[in-house]
Amino acid sequence: MSNVIIVEETPATEYRTLALSREEFIDIYKKMLEIRRFEERVEKLFLVEGELIGPCHLYLGQEAIAVGVMKALRDDDIIISTYRGHGHALARGVPMEKLMGELYGKEIGTCKGLGGSMHSAMCVEKNIMFATAIVGSGIPIAAGIGLALKYRSSDNIVACFFGDGAATTGAFHEGINIAAILQLPVLFICENNQYAYSLPFTKSFAGKNIAAFASGYGLRSYLVYGNDVISVYKVAKEAAELVRENRSPVFIECRTYRQRGHGVYDRALYRPREEVEEWLKNDPIMKFSKKLIDSGLLSQKELEDIDLEVRERVEKAVEESRKAPVLDFEELNKYLYASR
Amino acid sequence: MNLTREITYAEALNEALREEMRRDENVIVFGEDVAVIGGAYRVTKGLLEEFGPQRVFDTPISEAAIVGLAVGAALMGLRPVAEIMYIDFLTISIDQLVTHAAKARFMSGGQVKLPLVVRTQYSLGRVHASQHSQFLAPWFLNVPGLKVVLPSTPYDAKGLLKSSIRDDDPVLFIESGVLYSTKGHVPVDEYLIPLGKADVKRAGDDVTIVALSRTVIEALKAADKLLEKGIKAEVIDLRTINPMDWDTILNSVRKTNRLVVVDDGHKTGSISAEISARVSEEAFDSLEAPIIRVNSPDIPVPSSLQLEKAFMVDAEKIIKAVIKIV
Repeated sequence: MSNVIIVEETPATEYRTLALSREEFIDIYKKMLEIRRFEERVEKLFLVEGELIGPCHLYLGQEAIAVGVMKALRDDDIIISTYRGHGHALARGVPMEKLMGELYGKEIGTCKGLGGSMHSAMCVEKNIMFATAIVGSGIPIAAGIGLALKYRSSDNIVACFFGDGAATTGAFHEGINIAAILQLPVLFICENNQYAYSLPFTKSFAGKNIAAFASGYGLRSYLVYGNDVISVYKVAKEAAELVRENRSPVFIECRTYRQRGHGVYDRALYRPREEVEEWLKNDPIMKFSKKLIDSGLLSQKELEDIDLEVRERVEKAVEESRKAPVLDFEELNKYLYASR
Repeated sequence: MNLTREITYAEALNEALREEMRRDENVIVFGEDVAVIGGAYRVTKGLLEEFGPQRVFDTPISEAAIVGLAVGAALMGLRPVAEIMYIDFLTISIDQLVTHAAKARFMSGGQVKLPLVVRTQYSLGRVHASQHSQFLAPWFLNVPGLKVVLPSTPYDAKGLLKSSIRDDDPVLFIESGVLYSTKGHVPVDEYLIPLGKADVKRAGDDVTIVALSRTVIEALKAADKLLEKGIKAEVIDLRTINPMDWDTILNSVRKTNRLVVVDDGHKTGSISAEISARVSEEAFDSLEAPIIRVNSPDIPVPSSLQLEKAFMVDAEKIIKAVIKIV
């Protein structure tokens, strides 16, 4: 436990001392808002319009993590995402209409409509090589990506996202141990959103934090306040550089909160109301926008203009997805094998 | 040309690995005990010495991570050959093989390919008891996206493994433990055997016997004895069950009008069951007798030598089945 490096919230007074330009702050804010507005619209498309159906796991409340981590990586670094992956995809720059198109099951989607929401983040042109829907399974796969990077003497790294639920699977322990034994360039990012479906973290994980577990495997491990995009960015930046230089894995646990249910239809009534309210008061976007104003980097008006622009883009993605065609069923066979 | 020498099934596999590693530096080999000692059954013997620890390495006992490593490495364009020591241990990595390797290409809309091979073996016939003798091949018949290969001879083992490594899709390569020490003629020159092509190991007109892996050897013994009784059996070695070579099976049945299907699986839900159903659907008019399946009974494998022998498919059981319908 003592080996875990704890990183708290970054105060607004520090913002101007960071090596980030005003444009970069704007970009960070815009990306977080893209995820927020996209997910809110998706939620309505499921629950109000009833236009979308099937499993869908919203990223609401966790925006700071995807955005902070992606900002710390290079675009040619590899990503392994999960079924709660819309945020990872948007933070990486996957076009909104491709992501929304996938949710609609349309040919314009990232996976041509063959993956759906849970695999929608998979976008090879953005170096997101997998988005798995089996909890924990991405961890050994990320080790394999790391193996290939190491074998080719590449200076890229792979970042692997997963939740607190993954920490109790066998794949987590097998994957982290093997990455450590083989010294593979993998950055593990655990988004501890406090719930594995309905099971609270305290009832699912016997330790106090997951980072300590990784530390037990010899990994440098951080525990960071995950609702602060700048804290996440700072930690991810330092960690990514260590992975890149040392060609060995590093672990980050981000403490955050799943603002909605496990899936879009889950009302999550099993959570204590006070707990929900407390975390909503610490909403990552609210926090960040206040600090941007406090530090004088952006005005309220500028933030509002960004919001308008983002909302328009989300609506455009919905329109395009509605109009787009579905793949021809008779053609599906051709996506099964690469060789025949 | 045509020069051959006699080597074992295990040696043939070793040659295949060696040749493909020399040919393509993207081929890497890993698994439990494959490097320093050269594999529990010595199939990877000497590879560490020739290719070094970057390309041949031992892993911890972490079957899910072994196949997961292969999935990740293959996504990046390597051609990993991962070994799972016993097919029984593959159940621990089945998520990676079935739910990840076999699905990734399809569900990503064809964005990726996964040129990986998982080599494993089943040890039925070596008194290994219920947890080390299962023939789990039929499970993987129900997994589109996963190619499944089961060689019966040293010649086939080498040619099929080389093709599996060159294939751009995930391949489950199931060896037979009892066959490792069997010998056969293998060409000196390089050759490949395409996946998805069955092999007519013995031609005949009276009855078709379809078999695979170890049971091919039993089917050939049966065919010899049947010939003494004047029955000419055609023996088809499936070699791969996905893709399945339906043309070769159906053409043979249309010629012989009788079919016996043999495999080492339990009878219920076996590979033989699938073949019987398909032949009934597509060649019913050609059949002059019911299709007979020869399988293990629906109980786990017993361990005593005598009981395991009674449990297993052998030439005698195949002969009985043939005589029933000829």
